[in-house]
Amino acid sequence: MSKLSRDDVAHVARLAMLDLSEAEIDTFTAQLGDVLETADAMAELDLASVEPTHHPLGLVNVVRPDDVRPSLDRDEVLSQAPEAEDGRFRVPPALGEE
Amino acid sequence: MSDSPAAPAAFGTAVEIASAVKAGERSALGVLEEHLGRIGAHESSVHAFNAVIEDEARSRAMEIDDAIASGAEVGALAGVPVAIKDNMCTRGVPTTCSSRILDGWKPPYDATVVTRLREAGAIVVGKTNLDEFAMGSSTENSAFGPTHNPWDLTRVPGGSSGGSAAAVAAGFSPISLGSDTGGSIRQPASLCGVVGVKPTYGAVSRYGLIAFGSSLDQIGPFTTDVHDAAVIMDTIGGHDPLDSTSATDGHGSLESVLSDGVDGLRVGLITEMTGGAIDGIAPDVLARVRAAAEALAAAGATVGEVSVPSSVYGLSAYYMVAPAEASSNLARFDGVRYGLRVDGSNTAAMHTATRTEGFGDEVKRRIMLGTYALSAGYRDAYYGSAQKVRTLIIEDFDRAYADFDVLLSPASPTTAFEMGAKTADPLAMYLNDVCTIPSNLSGQPAMSVPFGTGDDGLPIGVQVLAPLMGEPVMFRVAAALEAAQRLEDGESR
Amino acid sequence: MSDTTTGRREPTLPDGWELVCGLEVHVELSTATKLFCGCPNEFGAEPNTNVCPTCLGLPGSLPVMNGAAVTSAMRLGRALDCRVQPSVMARKNYFYPDMPKDFQTSQYDQPTNEDGHLDLPDGTTIRVERAHIEEDTGKSTHVGGDGRITSAEYSLIDYNRAGVPLLEIVSHPDIRTAEEAKAYVAELRGIVLALDVSDARMEEGSMRVDANVSVRPVGSDELRTRCEIKNINSLSSLGRAIVHEANRHVDLWTTGERPLQETRHWDEEAGRTRSGRSKEDAEDYRYFPEPDLTPLQPSEVDLEAVDASIPELPAQTRARLADVAGVTPPEVGLIVDRGQASFALDAIDSGADAGRVLVHLTNNLADGVGEMSSSAFAGLVAMEVGGELSSTQTKEVLADMVATGRDAPVVAAEKGFEAMDTSELEGLLDGLIADHPGEWERFSTGDEGDAKKMAGFFTGQIMKATRGQADGKVVAQLLNSRK
Repeated sequence: MSKLSRDDVAHVARLAMLDLSEAEIDTFTAQLGDVLETADAMAELDLASVEPTHHPLGLVNVVRPDDVRPSLDRDEVLSQAPEAEDGRFRVPPALGEE
Repeated sequence: MSDSPAAPAAFGTAVEIASAVKAGERSALGVLEEHLGRIGAHESSVHAFNAVIEDEARSRAMEIDDAIASGAEVGALAGVPVAIKDNMCTRGVPTTCSSRILDGWKPPYDATVVTRLREAGAIVVGKTNLDEFAMGSSTENSAFGPTHNPWDLTRVPGGSSGGSAAAVAAGFSPISLGSDTGGSIRQPASLCGVVGVKPTYGAVSRYGLIAFGSSLDQIGPFTTDVHDAAVIMDTIGGHDPLDSTSATDGHGSLESVLSDGVDGLRVGLITEMTGGAIDGIAPDVLARVRAAAEALAAAGATVGEVSVPSSVYGLSAYYMVAPAEASSNLARFDGVRYGLRVDGSNTAAMHTATRTEGFGDEVKRRIMLGTYALSAGYRDAYYGSAQKVRTLIIEDFDRAYADFDVLLSPASPTTAFEMGAKTADPLAMYLNDVCTIPSNLSGQPAMSVPFGTGDDGLPIGVQVLAPLMGEPVMFRVAAALEAAQRLEDGESR
Repeated sequence: MSDTTTGRREPTLPDGWELVCGLEVHVELSTATKLFCGCPNEFGAEPNTNVCPTCLGLPGSLPVMNGAAVTSAMRLGRALDCRVQPSVMARKNYFYPDMPKDFQTSQYDQPTNEDGHLDLPDGTTIRVERAHIEEDTGKSTHVGGDGRITSAEYSLIDYNRAGVPLLEIVSHPDIRTAEEAKAYVAELRGIVLALDVSDARMEEGSMRVDANVSVRPVGSDELRTRCEIKNINSLSSLGRAIVHEANRHVDLWTTGERPLQETRHWDEEAGRTRSGRSKEDAEDYRYFPEPDLTPLQPSEVDLEAVDASIPELPAQTRARLADVAGVTPPEVGLIVDRGQASFALDAIDSGADAGRVLVHLTNNLADGVGEMSSSAFAGLVAMEVGGELSSTQTKEVLADMVATGRDAPVVAAEKGFEAMDTSELEGLLDGLIADHPGEWERFSTGDEGDAKKMAGFFTGQIMKATRGQADGKVVAQLLNSRK
């Protein structure tokens, strides 16, 4: 597996909406690189014909009936919001100065 | 050590307390005050809790006492104080995951396990400290400061459920709940000398547990003995329609099998974890695991060795699967609906500022690792391979369980280590979970049972592993180990 | 498919160029509750009142799949002749404040429905790539500036819609004209309504259409850079947006430039598309199977039940009505789209003349049949065909019947419409022949054109004399019989 680069770390930080300093990028690049190196051990295994396991119990078709259940009280919900207005959650504009 | 705050079951086990409260011999309020008194005396040195909810607990205790006085039915845990890991939702009580990003959040609902404990008469005394979002093995990665091991305050309690393990070890509550994604119940149980159970995936509802690795997470109890653990499992377990991954066919009562003994059971020591391919298991820990096998043999079990070859890839697979799921589970902490917000000129800038300030370094590492493991071009090699390794591990365990009823291994490679010893080296910290991770990947149950101490006099736990829904046989073995240890200690409770 | 909103075929592209268009249609399923929780699935409630831990994505919450939504999805899949198969829900990861978990639970490489097709009324087949289940997002209102997203001072979010079940139906890029695109959506809507899985209202957003548009030289089979057009709110907008966007592409290609692959928004007022925000990083959704939901594996029994629940679909209805009426299926398209097919069939069954039934439904009953029963309607048609009412009178009676539900004879009598006696007409005609012998000569012995013209003359004179009460058909028969 190719070695993790600073650019890779900067890229995933952007995808994850995290802002890293140059020094943090250096540190994380080294630390994450170490972990990925241990993950590379999996390449020793012949996995071509192995099915992945996503659910340990293997349950299927778990569905619920289409029955209405009580919703939450709006005041209780909005009391937890950093900012609310007019019965809704308030956020900065979607677009604006970067 | 002599003046350490460790005092498991300082005021009795949960079973003892509930029985005395129901019989009117002790009041729920009196029991609560005893525990609150210990918390008052030692919490400042242990720091097991993020919050102690004294007032709410007192009014709940009085309700229980009133119910008993009026002759009403009360549950199996009537008047038993319980501490809840602070990653499980408690209605109206701050739930933080030991993260700044959940600053001030009060959930509008209770986790299913909390509801079930309350219905059984238990009294929630507080929310316990953890590694932020349950990511860690020492409870040092908490936004609110580390928890100390009650047996030696200079050492870690293990993690991530270190607060819950320490609370029980310190006698702050007879029982507590933790969550286990890669060993977060069993490793701190081992380091704190208490019983810790990671149930079969799906045996206990995850509804209300703030997700870390959704396909790995399970809630389980910390207790001072195996009997309490069985009672808690019987209380919190069973199908929950609010959790799609909740098993519909459970394993039945555990309390009823405790006295069944181990005569004729086949016990396998996992070669890789007992001197085999996996490095770093301390000799004193190995010695106790071998002593456990001998004790079981003495109790009538047959003991052998068995290889689970792919378990050596467990750590590799785990550190792809868990971070991948976490990277997605933790996306929702974006400053819009609850918790911390750090302002920004637009939504994206606000998200980024909030997450950058709200998450600690270990959480950021795992989010980035998981994001990378799922990203275009790497998904198959990392996340995809890891999910295939899970299949291999399950197949290896299945082969082992064809010849053995339960398996044995260490729960933690070492006894409790010094605080700060591993904080600078994430990989060294991750290696603490090397014996516990395979059970999370396979979904199978495992528990840590205290079995003596190491060269440093600190507790050591033996891990008992069982096949899916194999809790009954696992608990039989745990009860036998506990009996053997009591015999060794010359104790006769 | 006839386009009655514009009444004309829009010229799609200059000669030599061909449109290549695929559509992504989102249909909100009309279940009682949301996809993963028991909150009501309803349009127009007070903001943030239909929310719970799950659809707000609160920490610790978990989804549980709504079985009714899965059934609806499978029914639509079968109606589109898809392979209905085992499926897996997956997380599509990206940050978006309208999306409470900052991932959308959708389906990725194992959707419920794959490889179907939709046949347009004119016989054109559009292949359907997939029809998958996913959850809807909440809704932002942009406040300040001119109310547009680009100039807003802040936004307010309502999560009532978050978690509402959606079916996304993705076509192959088989659409070649804007008319076909509109016909595809209209036909899909007809199927959705016949199945009763959604109210499919474009104006309320319960049916939303995104168009992937590219162009190529005629005769080529390449797929050039496409743009995804969003914010299309009606069928006619869809046509205009596609025509505009395709021509924009042709202009770019012919001037040596090339379109960028991007999302563009249709601006209805300006009649053009605008570029959406270009992203710094290419989208990387990091799909993976949703660990909190189990795979769905419909059994043979499930699929048989789904098949048994599928009603007659618009294409079959058109064929049946066309067969009964003796016309081609496209001619009854409008009636079927309006949901008037069973009314038409009932009326014909009651003995009404099929041709007149179709004419009235198509031209005079666009707003519905109101209070009128099919048998009353059949009675009216019988009076018209029997010459008891002229076509003008019929229309007037019809309007009354739609409003009041009364029977035709009652209305006709009230209005004083009485059939002209044929002998009365014959007397009238005798007088006219006597007054206009030259015209009669041209009618009787002239060439075809002359005869037609003079037939018009005599008919007009009779209508004038009877103040329109004579039946046109009866007059024509009378003229021909005296030739």
